[in-house]
Amino acid sequence: MTPFSYARARDTTEAVQLGAQDRAKYLGGGTNLVDLMRETVERPAALVDVTGLSSLIAESDDGGLLIGAAAKNAAVAEHHAVRRRYPMLAQAILAGASAQIRNMATVGGNILQRTRCTYFYDDGSRCNKRAPGEGCDALDGFNRIHAVLGASSACVATHPSDMCVALAALDATVHLQGPSGVRIVPLKDFHTLPGAHPEIETVLQAGELITAVALPPPSVKARSAYRKVRDRASYAFALVSIAAVLEIEEGAVKDVRLALGGVAAKPWRASKAEAALRGGPATEQAFLAAAEAELADAAPLHENGFKVELAKRTMVAVLSGLAGDVGPAGDLA
Amino acid sequence: MPIRINGTEAELPADPRVSLLDLLRETLNLPGTKKGCNQGACGACTVLVDGERILSCLALAVQYEGRDVVTIEGLTGEGGLHPLQKAFIEHDGLQCGYCTPGQICSALGLFAEVARGAPSGVTADLSAETVVLTHDELRERMSGNLCRCGAHNGIVAAIAETYAAGRAA
Repeated sequence: MTPFSYARARDTTEAVQLGAQDRAKYLGGGTNLVDLMRETVERPAALVDVTGLSSLIAESDDGGLLIGAAAKNAAVAEHHAVRRRYPMLAQAILAGASAQIRNMATVGGNILQRTRCTYFYDDGSRCNKRAPGEGCDALDGFNRIHAVLGASSACVATHPSDMCVALAALDATVHLQGPSGVRIVPLKDFHTLPGAHPEIETVLQAGELITAVALPPPSVKARSAYRKVRDRASYAFALVSIAAVLEIEEGAVKDVRLALGGVAAKPWRASKAEAALRGGPATEQAFLAAAEAELADAAPLHENGFKVELAKRTMVAVLSGLAGDVGPAGDLA
Repeated sequence: MPIRINGTEAELPADPRVSLLDLLRETLNLPGTKKGCNQGACGACTVLVDGERILSCLALAVQYEGRDVVTIEGLTGEGGLHPLQKAFIEHDGLQCGYCTPGQICSALGLFAEVARGAPSGVTADLSAETVVLTHDELRERMSGNLCRCGAHNGIVAAIAETYAAGRAA
């Protein structure tokens, strides 16, 4: 680990002031950043500890929920309002990492966690995300876990978060504060696709800090579920995951929101599938057609072609489960 | 403000790069907490902070100023074994023993989570106020602690028995 200074921010204003230092990074629970610093992938000169900032989880005036960015992943999944009104978010968080890591990791840090691409971690390999312009050894390497949607010739890494996939389907927004003030960004627009610049992963500007995540009020008639497919039953990153919110009225899809994990550099909001489904029949045939539409542009690499079929099947299974008489959404996890 | 380790105050390291794990093992002569992968994948370094289980390898010690840390050395007073330690011996919940302190601290954190009704990834009804610690629940909740010797069945049996005994008491 290269040397760095450490300071604990007492409030958001102080955090943003400290965050303006040269090569400063905000530090949450450290479960990703400390690991990357130890691997010297990350070399900040200053760490600004923001774990003492707001971790409050409270109902907002519009009937939604506001979650302080310093809230621990475990605290969000355990919170009664989340379990009762946004069970899919609790499912997604509980599907990720281990109990120990969920006790440490913050909501802000989860959103900003970096890819688990092995070539990104290994400084003996070429990686455009770690060293822009160097090349990408994943393109012709072991790329079973890599992206099938939205990738580029510069980078095929995926975003590893489960929580963010649920947040994308829930139309969550991210509250930011930086040197030039505050702003709110939809979660689905927060992460960026690699293009020619995979080192840029979000719309965050220099020194900007995530202060909170806001959830709009849930539809009382909609059902939701998060399903994660992985190599082992627990404590593994997703190969493919699906977050779905489905509202059916008289056999037709009144509203649907879908997001995919494990397939792209960002939580992938499946807008093509949503458009194909909205207003149409809630049948397995329609679900399959929607999945086909979403994955039509998939560009698999030599080892990850299975993800295309897996994503389609998982999407159909989750939507069919929500449409059928299967009891509460929790039964689907 | 210092940090409390097993009830005793200790100074924080001057270098912020020192992990809580290295503070315990290298400075405070508490080698019971083990360094397995040192990257948050194995759970061998699990300790309790204010009663919650965390990974001490990914924790910068300076972040835990003023907090109360309990390690395997601090589970009981002078001599004697914690009931969970005895159960691990009785059920052959170890072979080499390297993962054992982390397994035990993790299980104690698990007991507290179950006692307050925290759900897990296999909890069917997330709105339920209480948790039934079934075999599947226990295995899911302990999935962050790996045992390369493959003593998992003994580990699960030891934890289940200790939990049941605690419930009956």
